[in-house]
Amino acid sequence: MDVPAELEKEIDERITHYPVSKRSAVLPVLHALQHHFRYITEEAVEWTANKLELEPIKVLEVVTFYPGFRQKAPGKYHIRVCRTLSCAMAGSYELMESLCKETGIDRSETSHHDPIAVSKDGKYSIEFAECLASCGTGPVCMVNDDFHEAVDPAKTAAFLENYK
Amino acid sequence: MGKKKIKYIEGKEPHEREYRLVFKNVDREGWDPSIETFLKEDGYKQLKKALKMKPAEITEEVKKSGLRGRGGAGFPTGVKWGFIPPNNEKPVYLICNADESEPGTFKDRYIIHQDPHQLVEGMIISCFAVGANTAYIYIREEFPEGAEILEQAIAEAHDHGFLGDNILDSGFDLQIYVHRGAGAYICGEETGLIESLEGKRPYPRIKPPYFPAALGLYMCPTIVNNVESLCDVKHIMEMGGDEYAKLGKPRNTGTRILCVSGDVQEPGYFEVEVGSVTMGEVINDLCGGLKKGRKLKAVIPGGSSAKVLRAGETYKIKQGDEDVEIGLEDIPMDFDTLAACGSMAGSGGVIVIDDSRPIEWVLNNINTFYAHESCGQCTPCREGSLWMKKVTDRVVNGQASPDDIDTLYSVAKNIDGRTICAFGEACSWPTESFIEKFKDELVAATNPDNSGELVSPESELAAAGLK
Repeated sequence: MDVPAELEKEIDERITHYPVSKRSAVLPVLHALQHHFRYITEEAVEWTANKLELEPIKVLEVVTFYPGFRQKAPGKYHIRVCRTLSCAMAGSYELMESLCKETGIDRSETSHHDPIAVSKDGKYSIEFAECLASCGTGPVCMVNDDFHEAVDPAKTAAFLENYK
Repeated sequence: MGKKKIKYIEGKEPHEREYRLVFKNVDREGWDPSIETFLKEDGYKQLKKALKMKPAEITEEVKKSGLRGRGGAGFPTGVKWGFIPPNNEKPVYLICNADESEPGTFKDRYIIHQDPHQLVEGMIISCFAVGANTAYIYIREEFPEGAEILEQAIAEAHDHGFLGDNILDSGFDLQIYVHRGAGAYICGEETGLIESLEGKRPYPRIKPPYFPAALGLYMCPTIVNNVESLCDVKHIMEMGGDEYAKLGKPRNTGTRILCVSGDVQEPGYFEVEVGSVTMGEVINDLCGGLKKGRKLKAVIPGGSSAKVLRAGETYKIKQGDEDVEIGLEDIPMDFDTLAACGSMAGSGGVIVIDDSRPIEWVLNNINTFYAHESCGQCTPCREGSLWMKKVTDRVVNGQASPDDIDTLYSVAKNIDGRTICAFGEACSWPTESFIEKFKDELVAATNPDNSGELVSPESELAAAGLK
């Protein structure tokens, strides 16, 4: 794993935000690594542990707990569809079905511990997320860091034109 | 103030029943999150005023204002601040809880994205009041743009001397850092949040002894306040505690942002004086009524953890000294009345449910959320939240027997009150209240033909003639 100097510099700066305990920087370091490498590898866990002078298990237990950290490669465009009540009432399950159909993703093998399904060409991946806090404008979804409101399940082909 | 004529983006004007204080600049025409725009509107003026006061005087104003925490529990903010031990010699921390994740709640999102300096100013004043020199904004991971906007706002405040060492020559030092979560609902629980900020799994701590005001971040006194509450502090400084307390109702003071979603014509956010609108007015006036041809079935009044209220029910409440009986649509939206009606104002997230929704489908959606979000620390919650989901999965799929509804109720009752943190109540109250209010409909979704013999490992062995 090759952490570019620029990224390491950014990480080192983040660590200074926690003068009392380096361990506090576990989440920010993992975020920076995930943003760059797209997911958290075993090497990234080791690297983080070395950086923060922790046993690797103290990093791994964080990675495995938080849904925001991925342990497998997502697609180039990672889609998170809000599953929770208000969005579900506004059609988020229909949105999920339509997006899967459009991207050719099969979600039948996903589970609580492995929630992400990836398209065969690796371009798209998708998962349900719990409440994205925009209940008044459902159904909502995120594509990488972009946020989208009131996404029409009938118009997902046009929607995905932005992500080719 | 809220009454000044402000131009809003066309189509996003506040409703005439609103009183915009915290949301004054949300959807405002020509408004942007930069410090220049904020300074043009007397930005950081209240900070300058606060720095000339004694910290204890600010806390006193907040106490006088009667402000109750806007995150969910409704605990008085000034009283919380007062819990820092008087002889404390350890560093004090302040954390802004921007982990907005209670289903049905979507107010902090707009403050953070559109008016970040209001929050930063409120935080600096609050830090000065409680004596914190380091503060963190714990923001949910799903607001990546919000985190950037806040970091930009903090950098701008530094450049203008509102943050850093010796702020505006007052001798007061403060650093604020943005800390991103990673998608776990439990981090909204203040002690879970603190564990997360320490770089650990966010397993909540037991209270006592771990009341954050005494033993919080790094075992130091820590004040955790919601985004909206910290913004309110700025307005309390501007108005004075006594004036602020005139808004709303006694014990339920100020304004409150109601977030309405679900089966209404126009869902959205509405900042109103606490208790100034009834549930019926929220649905029919603020949100343009129910969808065409539909009848009201139920309302979840304060985020998905709040107990459900059924249309057609009546509630006995006190109005002044009188006992009166009111219906669901007559409930004024304040902390005490919603509590008296058996639910709670919670986080201000109102979810409206009409007669097109099978009630078991609604409950199953909520149970799926809690089964996913239980942190797994306490057995009743870890196991129970999953079982509640499994049982309602069966109901939804037509595989449940009528007895399953009683089992479901008993599972919920065995979580409630038996866990370290309030997630136990949060996850069991929906099931308890849905069964108490809609048992007929839930049972109707089951089938007695599904009540076969109980299958257990022992019975399977016996059936195979092995025992």
